[in-house]
Amino acid sequence: MNYTPHTEEEIKEMLAEIGVKSIDELFADISEDLRARSFNIPHGRSEPEVVNHLRYLASRNSTSLVYFIGAGFYQHYIPSVVDSITSLPEFYTAYTPYQPEASQGWLQAMYEYQTAICNLTDMDVANASLYDGGTALYEACMMTIRINGRKKIVVDEGINLIYWNMIQCYISNLSLEVVKIPVKNFGIDRERFFQQMDEKTSAVVLQNPNFFGCIDDYSDIVEYAHKKGIIVIESVYPLSLGLIKTPGEMGVDIAVGEGQSLGIPLSFGGPYLGFMATRKEFVRKMPGRIIGKTVDKKGRDSYVMTLQAREQHIRREKATSNICSNEALCALRALVYLSLLGKEGLKEIAQLNLDKAEFTRQQLEKIPYLQVFRDRPTFNEFPVILPESADVVVNKMIEKGFAAGFPLGRYYKGMNRCLLIAVTEQRTKEEIVKFAESMEAVLCS
Amino acid sequence: MEVREELFYTKEHEWVKVEGNKGTIGITEYATHTLGDITFVELPSIETKLSQFTRLGTVESVKAASDIFSPVSGKVISVNEKVVQNPEILNSSPYDDGWLVVVEMDSLEEIKNLMTVQQYREYIKNL
Amino acid sequence: MQLIFEKGREGRRGFKIQRSDVPVKATIPENMKRKTDNGLPEVSELDVVRHFTTLANRNFCVDTHFYPLGSCTMKYNPKFIEGVSKIEGFEDLHPLLPQLSGGGILTQGALELLYHMEQLLCEITGMDAFTMQPLAGAHGELTGTMLIAAYHRAKGNKKKYILVPDSSHGTNPASAAIAGYEVIVIPSDKTGVMDIDEYKTHLNKEVAGVMLTCPNTLGIFNPRIKEICDLAHSVDALMYYDGANLNAILGKLRPGDVGFDIVHLNLHKTFATPHGGGGPGAGPVGVKEHISRYLPISKVVLRTDGTFFLDYNYSESIGYIAPFYGNFGVIVKAYAYILLLGREGLIDVAEKAVLNANYVRSKLKKYYKLPYNKTCMHECVFSAEIQKKNGVSALDIAKYLIDKGIHPPTIYFPLIVKEALMIEPTETESKETLDSFISAMIEAAQLAETNPEGFADLPANTPVSRPDEVKAAKDLNLRWRKE
Repeated sequence: MNYTPHTEEEIKEMLAEIGVKSIDELFADISEDLRARSFNIPHGRSEPEVVNHLRYLASRNSTSLVYFIGAGFYQHYIPSVVDSITSLPEFYTAYTPYQPEASQGWLQAMYEYQTAICNLTDMDVANASLYDGGTALYEACMMTIRINGRKKIVVDEGINLIYWNMIQCYISNLSLEVVKIPVKNFGIDRERFFQQMDEKTSAVVLQNPNFFGCIDDYSDIVEYAHKKGIIVIESVYPLSLGLIKTPGEMGVDIAVGEGQSLGIPLSFGGPYLGFMATRKEFVRKMPGRIIGKTVDKKGRDSYVMTLQAREQHIRREKATSNICSNEALCALRALVYLSLLGKEGLKEIAQLNLDKAEFTRQQLEKIPYLQVFRDRPTFNEFPVILPESADVVVNKMIEKGFAAGFPLGRYYKGMNRCLLIAVTEQRTKEEIVKFAESMEAVLCS
Repeated sequence: MEVREELFYTKEHEWVKVEGNKGTIGITEYATHTLGDITFVELPSIETKLSQFTRLGTVESVKAASDIFSPVSGKVISVNEKVVQNPEILNSSPYDDGWLVVVEMDSLEEIKNLMTVQQYREYIKNL
Repeated sequence: MQLIFEKGREGRRGFKIQRSDVPVKATIPENMKRKTDNGLPEVSELDVVRHFTTLANRNFCVDTHFYPLGSCTMKYNPKFIEGVSKIEGFEDLHPLLPQLSGGGILTQGALELLYHMEQLLCEITGMDAFTMQPLAGAHGELTGTMLIAAYHRAKGNKKKYILVPDSSHGTNPASAAIAGYEVIVIPSDKTGVMDIDEYKTHLNKEVAGVMLTCPNTLGIFNPRIKEICDLAHSVDALMYYDGANLNAILGKLRPGDVGFDIVHLNLHKTFATPHGGGGPGAGPVGVKEHISRYLPISKVVLRTDGTFFLDYNYSESIGYIAPFYGNFGVIVKAYAYILLLGREGLIDVAEKAVLNANYVRSKLKKYYKLPYNKTCMHECVFSAEIQKKNGVSALDIAKYLIDKGIHPPTIYFPLIVKEALMIEPTETESKETLDSFISAMIEAAQLAETNPEGFADLPANTPVSRPDEVKAAKDLNLRWRKE
């Protein structure tokens, strides 16, 4: 199958206009010794053949496993309108809005998205998205270094461990000191944290709910940080902001996070959505595209990409970051999702997540030898301590049709019997009851 | 392109007016013309110590962002807040109202590292 | 047009959430609760649909408009590939499943797809291994520069510089800087390619790598590419290929064959995944054997029994540059595209892309300055210098085209051409589309002669015209607030 419309006659006309005899002549500069040594790509196929092949591949993936696994990426219901809007060709096949007159649809949508993120997090300004929550967190750290010139970052171990791995990778070529403070009882170890916060520290990095699902109020840490001129970065689970204290309410300086829970499918790892919001005074240090409102020659409201002077296509090696594309389509999904849910809907869905998680905990508590973590409040995810290896339990639960959770032992020393369980609004009462029954059967066998 | 007789210039298009041991610093019309409408200026705070040819701030327009380099070493004793509030002053009056900072210069010797008005005129002609 | 936040009424709902079927009403401590208004709109589903559909109507897109944007490869996105990421078994797959004990078996199809994609991309580019992790082209570049750094670190080399030509895309120097390198810019020569003597002068033992695209951003092929690679290797500098322009050489030339050590591709350019208003994209990175040990964790490996697994045992890897295996949802689409087109289809892409660009070049060279008057590849760069003499800039030409319902070419890039107009028609455009673009461009050139002042009011047929970008940058208004 190909999508080139040229007829033989047209090709002749075009070659005549150019003044060559064949298309091959146009490639004359590529001498024989430079030509491709091989190009053994399979022959092109038709739509039905490709779809059959893809369906075959897809069938070799689980489609019926019931998810009690999260660890930063959650299965939530995606309303149909989200797909239908983002499938509109004017959104789907449009380009980056460099020409404002040809892109007011996208530009206004991104302005609205920025507004939504600001409202969600209680911050002043937001950008038009970054690749994912991990790169957003890394970019936030780079931002603080640009702002105060210090070289030390203090990170709570309670941040998503995948993001910790990413930060480690990105900073490996830069001369920065990154200190990780181990968690205490699945939560932030304030004493050790405060100890590390000094005048050399550029930023502290927190997460709420943290990787273990625990929620907290970090206002005291923020206050202490600000006294020392330290900038506070918080990575936050956006859906939880229907209920839990926002970064803005705590006085946090930069809020980032993964927007996947806002209408974006799990899709085996991507595409996802990194969001970033910050204080007014830091806006010029913020990476990524930013959309601004202005007026045109006739005084009509217009939206444009602004503060581009920070970006790679102008500042080049002095750019605030090398980011070129963002996740526009994913940001649009989030905007449509939040618009549909609305003010009350967001509160309700957060409450439903909380309720279902609590119900699950109550069911699991009935199981002998299984200890449900209760020392700290949690949102829709919580750790449990099993009588045996969490890896083994998860394996057995897969046979029973459940992705029972994320075993923490691989990444956290001493947590071999700890399992991180997530419950979203998608889990029915029946599924939860069956989950607990299966868990009991596995543990007591 | 306007240049002023009494000033000294750098390759990065900054100028300095020397009066006693005080140096008033700004950017030239060549710079503001190249940048276009200036939208933002970032300047150091009072007491900041600057070294010759190191970065003292940034100037941004819609299409470009440029670092501003100090023509002389010294301590910043005055900052033009008006320009920070209204960056367009740099376009309309780069040599007068558009001054950026005043420094207490460390040494007058450094001036020999700068261009005179004739040298600068030649320099921009060949750019 | 009103914002979604200005629409709706208190109490309106756009989506009904499932009722709670559990007998629990959980609470959280007072001091951890949100006390502020979440500021989301209260609109009905129809409000949402009307709002966004109306917004969509205020936008150009490939499905409705010709987009000759140089360096962007705005080809038609086949409708078929839009649906493939939604196939059951792909869309809802949790990325952590393969990391569960016994979980690999649950994702064999996804792993197989990634594996095949890697094989295909290796064959297309002549490389030995690929990572699908980078989430966009610029991200791929960053990965590439980090791989360069890892290679030299392992060898104990003290390298400081990366060379880029002055025609390079802005992300190249930015990526190099982020990886800790200083960038040296090599000027182009009169024929539009990197000046080989300048290159030789700057190429010394402290150069870590050279970042090039081929053909370059002027659409010009450098016939001395192999020599450039050999010279770099002689000082143990790595050659990095920016795949933004791969559309021109599919099946004709493979970067791996001529000496490139690292390549990145833009799936949203060459491989027709939709641009989506600016993303998501995917920027897989391919390497030669000697670099593969540094590739990001993890790698899909085929076992002898025919099953696939994720290998995390890469002690020399640069680590995690993305949370998982890449933008799988985008990769599936590109994979489907490659399978649809196949060998002949991909070669045809390059041939028609180059044919179209040269046709446009040939027709317009009487009207616009052509800085490099020779056969181009998939894109050609004109300059509006002639028109500028009458005060008509590349921007003005762009606004004229918008008025005619044509998305303008890339303007002001590459930086080495004044008043640049970079035109990349792509292979999916018909001769009549090209002809109407050419007519519009000729009209613009004529208007620049006869009535140069006429451009100031253009475009006249769009919802807005010439927004004040200076005001946007000075009086920052980046979000809506309720009065």
